[in-house]
Amino acid sequence: MAEIVANKLTDIGPPKYDEMWPEVIKKNYGKWLYHEILEPGVLVHVSETGDKVWSLRCAATRLMTTMHLENICKIADQFGGGFFRFTTRNNVEFIIDDESKLEPLKKALADNGQLPLGGTGASVTNIVHTQGWVHCHTPAIDASGVVKAVMDELFDYFNSHKLPAQVRISLACCLNMCGAVHCSDISILGVHRKPPVIEHSHLDKMCEIPTTIAACPTAAIKPAKVDDFKSVAVNADRCMFCGNCYTMCPAMPLADAEGDGIALWVGGKVSNSKSMPMFSKLAVPYIPNEPPRWPTTVDTIKKIVEVYAGDAMKYERVGEWAQRIGWEKFFEKTGIEFSHHHIDDYRFAATTWRTSTQFKW
Amino acid sequence: MAKLHDTPMLDELEKGPWPSFVTDIKKLAEAGNEPCADLLGQLELSYKDKEGHWKHGGIVGVLGYGGGVIGRYSDVPELFPGVEHFHTLRVNQPASKFYKTERLREVTEIWDRRGSGMLNMHGSTGDMVLLGAFTEELEPIFAELTQKGWDLGGSGSALRTPSCCVGKARCEYACIDTQDICYNLTMEFQDEMHRPAWPYKFKFKVDGCPNCCVASLARSDCAIIGTWRDDIRIDQEKVAAYVAGDIAANGGGHGLDDKVDIKADVIDLCPTGCMFYEDGKLTINNAECTRCMHCINVMPQALRPGLDKGASILIGAKAPILDGAQMGSLIIPFIKMEEPYDEFKEFVEKMWDWWDENGKNRERIGECIQRLGLSAFIEACDLDPIPQMVKEPRSNPYIFYKEDEVPGGFERDISDYRKKHAR
Repeated sequence: MAEIVANKLTDIGPPKYDEMWPEVIKKNYGKWLYHEILEPGVLVHVSETGDKVWSLRCAATRLMTTMHLENICKIADQFGGGFFRFTTRNNVEFIIDDESKLEPLKKALADNGQLPLGGTGASVTNIVHTQGWVHCHTPAIDASGVVKAVMDELFDYFNSHKLPAQVRISLACCLNMCGAVHCSDISILGVHRKPPVIEHSHLDKMCEIPTTIAACPTAAIKPAKVDDFKSVAVNADRCMFCGNCYTMCPAMPLADAEGDGIALWVGGKVSNSKSMPMFSKLAVPYIPNEPPRWPTTVDTIKKIVEVYAGDAMKYERVGEWAQRIGWEKFFEKTGIEFSHHHIDDYRFAATTWRTSTQFKW
Repeated sequence: MAKLHDTPMLDELEKGPWPSFVTDIKKLAEAGNEPCADLLGQLELSYKDKEGHWKHGGIVGVLGYGGGVIGRYSDVPELFPGVEHFHTLRVNQPASKFYKTERLREVTEIWDRRGSGMLNMHGSTGDMVLLGAFTEELEPIFAELTQKGWDLGGSGSALRTPSCCVGKARCEYACIDTQDICYNLTMEFQDEMHRPAWPYKFKFKVDGCPNCCVASLARSDCAIIGTWRDDIRIDQEKVAAYVAGDIAANGGGHGLDDKVDIKADVIDLCPTGCMFYEDGKLTINNAECTRCMHCINVMPQALRPGLDKGASILIGAKAPILDGAQMGSLIIPFIKMEEPYDEFKEFVEKMWDWWDENGKNRERIGECIQRLGLSAFIEACDLDPIPQMVKEPRSNPYIFYKEDEVPGGFERDISDYRKKHAR
């Protein structure tokens, strides 16, 4: 082992991208003319050289084992010449340049049972998500389990093209938003609702008090002496449960079975198509954690998707639909309750208030 | 042999049509993998408790790097010794995530032998995330990875692993070489990635066109987004074929039977109203076009981006922590992105110098710009203010003039004033 470590290299960077390309991709780089989705999960790209590639997009669990990955590799060896790729939304794509392999590959995927085709066009594609209780130290919710429960219920929308437009769902298990869910059609966000519980006896040993105080965006933390311990005090009225203090100071945990849960956000997008990119807006401030299958969260998301599917115009994303009908109508049609939590009271809150006589009943 | 735990709640996640991570991990646990067995055990406990069971952080790493490894320890190690240490290694993915299985197996072979066998394909930033190693295995894993030609990605207050869309490898919309830009920046800035030295993290993401499939303008401090500045290319014969219903709309995205209604789906949905369809001919007033991609998305065989291609650069996107979520702001409307990308890198160095000088601890560049002003930032980058940088000009009258902008400067004598104006 010492020898292995002594021979280590640094700063070599990743393997070069073209080493990972099948021949047909190398040959047609930059020459693609157009694409067509033949059925949910199956795309064909046509090159100006006349070459075609078929890409078969399958759901993958972002969290997987080497055993599952090896099964994927074997399929790629058998059909894709030893090449495949992942999409930015955790899907696997097998790429073939021979149409006669299409049906056998589809059969191999069906036989595998864990690689369903879909996620193309006007569908709900795979959920971009974070670690949750599988690895993270700040989560308010699990990630992989919620994703599994939601996608089981929305599966018919994954392998079909029956929505007005694509629906991008993302999940982040706390406000740090490693999943950057702030611009998704539907966002599932883990939220805390109780201020940090402070371990006064250890805070000074585990944390730097000035940086902990500086970490609070609302200046809710001040120095305090508690039972002769140098510690901090939190002004609960100012706490917005962001968890920044816990990031800086392990003696201030927020996690709490009764406090934590899910907030749902809707109407964000990152694409520039038609309307400008948009932030997601609050739909449901809080749903309790309901492991293992989070039924209230799942049902609420399904309701939003179904109302959108029935009411939006073709090509209209969730946010474009809500803007057109008006948010007051979004709440009416989805039956989601509007509360004082929906009215922004953070910075620039006034920019979201209605400054017009134009509204709908 | 690994001790298997009862997981009645997780077992519920083996049902249903979506792939199950529980089934997958269970199989490896049943094959004798102790971290897999204990991860499921600890996760089941979290499901019961409705709280996670990982300790806060832990300073671990590999010699020579300040990042790439995230320390993690179980807070119930006596129950689940197989995940007592559960550190992750971020392995820099190949640009746009194509893999040759032979090369990928180099990583999985090391990971099976020295780690938990669990991983993320991929983490949110783009890396392969090897999930669950003991401290003593970190250096050997790192050494073996680099000997096989794989390196770690970024973490902490450093450049994070750049990522990009599929680009020209398999997309007709790509206006720039996303993969080459991503690879080139990754190689150029290895030191910035592996040795955190900044106020906070910094991310590059490269999207080939304004559809933004890697969400660069929402998720990266510096978004490089392919665009063009000449005219959309039109194939009138293909337009006619779409109108006749011979080609499916939206690349088949609504089904192969779905036809284009050129007025409803294209002309009326154009955000700038710059498209016209008269006498069987499609015309575009390109001077009014904002290159949103909608018409191209709906009729990919008839319409293509122009030929004078480059990138728009948007700076400052981030998730909420600390001061609220931001999207990137347009700083450079158009820049040619041609290898070796010197013009772009000169801009990057200026931008980083300013942020390094002015950024507070844990202040992303977007927040730093909010605090000090867009004008201060563009001045530091030697850019001239242009209307494209804003949605609208200011509507408040509080303009900060500098002394040298006003004739005679700010120094005045009150007695001169009083000679003309009684007290």
